[in-house]
Amino acid sequence: MDTRYTYYPGCSLHATGIAYDKSMRAVFKKLGSELAELEDWNCCGATAYMSVQKTVAFAVSARNLAIAERTGDDVVAPCSACYYALKHTRVGMEEDAELRAQVEEALAAGGLEADLSVEVRHPLEVLLNDIGIPRLVAEQTHSLEEFRPACYYGCQIVRPFGAVDEDPELPMSMETLFTALGARPVEYPPKVRCCGGMLVATMPQVATELSMDLVDWAIAREANCIVTVCPLCQSNLDLINVTKGSNGPTHQIPVLYFTQLIGLAIGCTPEEVGMEHALIPPDAKAPPVGVSSRHDAPVTIVGTREA
Amino acid sequence: MKTLDPLAGPIAPGVLSKTEQELRTAFLEEIDRIPGGARLNQCIQCGTCTASCPVSHAMDVTPRQVIAMFRAGAIEELLESRTIWLCASCYHCTLRCPAQIHITDLIYALKRIAIEEGIFPARFPVHVMSETFTKNVKRYGRNYEVGLLLRYFLRTKPLGLFAQRRAGYALWRHGRIKLRPDKIKDIDQLRKIIAKAETFDLPQEKVTSEKVTAAVGYESIGR
Repeated sequence: MDTRYTYYPGCSLHATGIAYDKSMRAVFKKLGSELAELEDWNCCGATAYMSVQKTVAFAVSARNLAIAERTGDDVVAPCSACYYALKHTRVGMEEDAELRAQVEEALAAGGLEADLSVEVRHPLEVLLNDIGIPRLVAEQTHSLEEFRPACYYGCQIVRPFGAVDEDPELPMSMETLFTALGARPVEYPPKVRCCGGMLVATMPQVATELSMDLVDWAIAREANCIVTVCPLCQSNLDLINVTKGSNGPTHQIPVLYFTQLIGLAIGCTPEEVGMEHALIPPDAKAPPVGVSSRHDAPVTIVGTREA
Repeated sequence: MKTLDPLAGPIAPGVLSKTEQELRTAFLEEIDRIPGGARLNQCIQCGTCTASCPVSHAMDVTPRQVIAMFRAGAIEELLESRTIWLCASCYHCTLRCPAQIHITDLIYALKRIAIEEGIFPARFPVHVMSETFTKNVKRYGRNYEVGLLLRYFLRTKPLGLFAQRRAGYALWRHGRIKLRPDKIKDIDQLRKIIAKAETFDLPQEKVTSEKVTAAVGYESIGR
């Protein structure tokens, strides 16, 4: 085992985002990193708790950090809302002594304490910085040449705490990663626009409009899949595929998690990365490197590609 | 927005009604405790927030107007607007604001006051989602998507469930609907933590100091 992380799946990854959970575990296992699920974790509070009670929202989130400190490994939170809520709690407690005192008192009521010794990270950033593109390319067994992903970052991993890129308006890390793995990402200008988030339940007309726009952009740019980093973005965009009638998209487009695509590249089977949970399975295949599934496609040995 | 009755409304420029005064005090206490709340004074009404907001087209009061209305002392109208419940927390306004006002967090503060004071736009029950969500967390420790949506729709618009049937079926067929909620083992511990933390959020315990709040939670990114 190379490294060990505390895995905070969050509520969505146990239900609508199950493919994200499967592919996270498959990719980290393949790369020899251990993901140890946080013991008895609770909901991070997401965007809803902050609307009701502020200190409680921080305290609920802080319980997870307090439990994570027992092992001391970095917390990896794949869901954008979880990443934001945990990170905001950690940074907020560090910077505001009054808030910290209140949250610590609340935690103490449950017999816990938090010294903020663990870092909160997003898996995209972990894969790019700890594992690194050269290592991923070296581990590659299957070609992603048929994939033309529209890389969609959404809101809360880029704003306000940039998890991966220097530039919050135009992140490029997924494009760099997938280009290195042989895929051909399309130019996708709305990559940091909002998918509508929880408005999908509360204001469906507004949310559908936002998600539809993102899907239309991807289709117009001739992407053959959209790659997301968040379970809510994934389900919002994926559900556009089942919208029927004049409100529906011009055609359907698979919406995948970035970990599913990485998984395919490093030799996980489609089942291992939970491909069956996508409402629209991708047409593109990931054949073993050097074996082209299409007669006209040139054979590339991706392993020799410069990182 | 309510039309102002000249006979009932603000009596003279700068003079606020009693409700308005109470709301203002509550709001000032709230913004005192939120990241960069004091920067509200720095707003130059440039409209970058409104232009960056993906849902401003559906709002009755734009983000820029939110700040203008607050400064003009129209908080009650603000709480009755749909705007604060339309914010999807995408943080684009916060990222781009040239005065570095944490607009998203301000809107959260308005949501909390609206819930606390029970002032909502007419026939617009979006706040029920947040309340149902917190009840779910107190009950199970985790958020159960199916239960959350069922309860939300039953409380607000039962017919809305029918509109969601296609989505629900597609997700179920692909093994993405969970039929039973997850409950954490130590739910008592979480409830104790919540109960304690709630004492800090109760209105009577609010801090009324006039200190200028630093950018809580944002120093690390230089804002």
